[in-house]
Amino acid sequence: MTPPAANTLAEDLLAPVLQTTRKFYVAVALLGAVVLCGLATWGYQMYNGFGVTGYNWPVYWALHETNFVFWIGISHAGTLISAILRLVNATWRRPVTRCAEVITVFALMIGATFPLIHLGRPWLAFFLIPYPSERGIWPNYRSPLVWDFFAINTYLLGSVLFLLLPMIPDLALIRDRASGWRHRIYRVFSLGWQGTPRQWHRLESAMHIMALVILPVAVSVHTIVSFDFSMAIVPMWHSTIFGPYFVAGAIFSGVAALIVVMAILRKVLKLEQYLLPLHFQNLGKLLLLMSLLWGYFVFNERLTTWYGNSPHEMNVFWSTQNGEYAPLFWTMVLLNFVIPFPLLTVKKLRSITATVIASCGVIAGMWLERLLIIVPSLARKGSPYSWGSYTPEWPEVVIMVSSFAAMALLYTLFSKLVPLISVWELKSGEHSRRKAAARVQDVETAGELI
Amino acid sequence: MPHRWGMTVDLDRCTGCEACVVACHAENNIPTVGPIEAGRGRAKHWIRVERYWEGEFPDVRLKFRPVLCQQCDNAPCEPVCPTYASSHTSEGLNAQIYNRCIGTRYCANACPYNVRFFNFFNPEWEKPLNLQLNPDVSIREQGVMEKCTFCVQRINAGKIGAKAEGREVRDGEVQPACVQSCTANALVFGDLNDPESAVSRLSRSARGSKLLEELGAQPKVTYLEKESWDDSSRR
Repeated sequence: MTPPAANTLAEDLLAPVLQTTRKFYVAVALLGAVVLCGLATWGYQMYNGFGVTGYNWPVYWALHETNFVFWIGISHAGTLISAILRLVNATWRRPVTRCAEVITVFALMIGATFPLIHLGRPWLAFFLIPYPSERGIWPNYRSPLVWDFFAINTYLLGSVLFLLLPMIPDLALIRDRASGWRHRIYRVFSLGWQGTPRQWHRLESAMHIMALVILPVAVSVHTIVSFDFSMAIVPMWHSTIFGPYFVAGAIFSGVAALIVVMAILRKVLKLEQYLLPLHFQNLGKLLLLMSLLWGYFVFNERLTTWYGNSPHEMNVFWSTQNGEYAPLFWTMVLLNFVIPFPLLTVKKLRSITATVIASCGVIAGMWLERLLIIVPSLARKGSPYSWGSYTPEWPEVVIMVSSFAAMALLYTLFSKLVPLISVWELKSGEHSRRKAAARVQDVETAGELI
Repeated sequence: MPHRWGMTVDLDRCTGCEACVVACHAENNIPTVGPIEAGRGRAKHWIRVERYWEGEFPDVRLKFRPVLCQQCDNAPCEPVCPTYASSHTSEGLNAQIYNRCIGTRYCANACPYNVRFFNFFNPEWEKPLNLQLNPDVSIREQGVMEKCTFCVQRINAGKIGAKAEGREVRDGEVQPACVQSCTANALVFGDLNDPESAVSRLSRSARGSKLLEELGAQPKVTYLEKESWDDSSRR
């Protein structure tokens, strides 16, 4: 399928920005209502006390923390994938990168609210900021939660920059087509972009540097999230595998989220000409790779624990293999490995629908993985007298649902501001494709072998 | 020489009467939460008596084990707190600074003994229990962690009294509420830095062991028991 010509390209991709349909308002109203429900529930939890949730002694971390790790994991969709694809110069990346980078920024914002939601006294969260107080008390730099605070803020700052940089030429494009107050706003944000060769050169260098810088940051963020667990001497948490295991899991769920988001955008914004089966095929292969890697990590973790046979760990181990949490565990294995494996391995099966089905499963499976890391260990640590269990109550479930609505809402609103597929990158792709085609023609007429 | 407070718990003496639990609640202004909330895992007992059945029926034996904060020298709860709410005092106590606590509950997760408790709600006392609160102990609001302090208010009172009389704190002069109320004298409290104190002598006993010693938290509470926990059940 040939991509559309340059002029229709800009028309197609800018359409959602310049025209607003009624469906948009309906979607925003519905999603906004769900998000407001979530915020109200958080207020309810703060006002009445944390006891309105299902949290208890000794399961002091549960659904809020699961969602925190889950959303930070989803945020690895964008930056990491788009940075890798940019660095290896995979040309098929062009329509995919911005969709991915937007997921990163919003998933991080949502993920970063959960550590606030989970606090007993969120109004004192500023204690984590190293501000000069007259009492000379600093945050405790030995605490992994403080490492988290800095890691997430660094990553958020980095990924916002990484998203904004390649947006500049497109913002200038909208500036030139918009009028009135919109023109003025886009003029500010396009930072005086004129498209001179010098500006292009600088943009390319800046993007290259950011892609290089953001990779180690992304890896470190999820490693530090894993440190929240692996630093504590809690059975099945205290493990050296957690860093890479979490990073692999994060990319795994991130790719799945990207595929689902792309499929939705393709339908809703009618981008069938831009998001091609090829993109789903390639991302499907990446998803398969991550699924295998994830399976490898889980196998390693489980085998060493079982073989080591430490009584503390075996209590947790058996509660997930054939005990209270076994149904969740085996569902996770089904969703993360058993279903995606055939769907993504067999070439005939690897259609858009199949990759989307596999991805939905992976998102659910990876959510379960986080829950299964957090809850069973806390429920089975220490002496048997203090073992416990956990069943969520409605507040944490409502907050969780509203976090998904918040993602959809932010994405919908963002689609009004900036084209979700980078116009200039597609155009430049088109340009280099034509040049390559021309060269091929030259070569052919010269009668040489290609 | 600074004090280093410690305790011994004689499991051969403990009758499981739970007087220590009641005394602790009264001394430290710990509210009871009622049967429904207790069933949901919201009960707070700074000291609890764990009950274990050993052996196979009919050859069974009931064992009690009072568990309180072990006041570890190498406390897993302390480094993980992002705000220093959980910190070590110069006398080796694991202090909980309520004003600094933002309620991440990380300390409770890191604690292998599960002796840290979260305030799920603001504390409430049924009348007239609200009139018997101990003025020496602060009330904790919702969202903060709390735990056994070794009755630090009594330790401080003992030190102030001794200083006023120009002498050292005498062995046995300071007693946490649980120790004071123990009918079987199973609990002994004192200064581990004084080699002649009752608690020091008992800590050196051949019967002594620490809870989950293999984790390396170095608790300052020593459990005394004639036979080891595992062997006794198979007699």
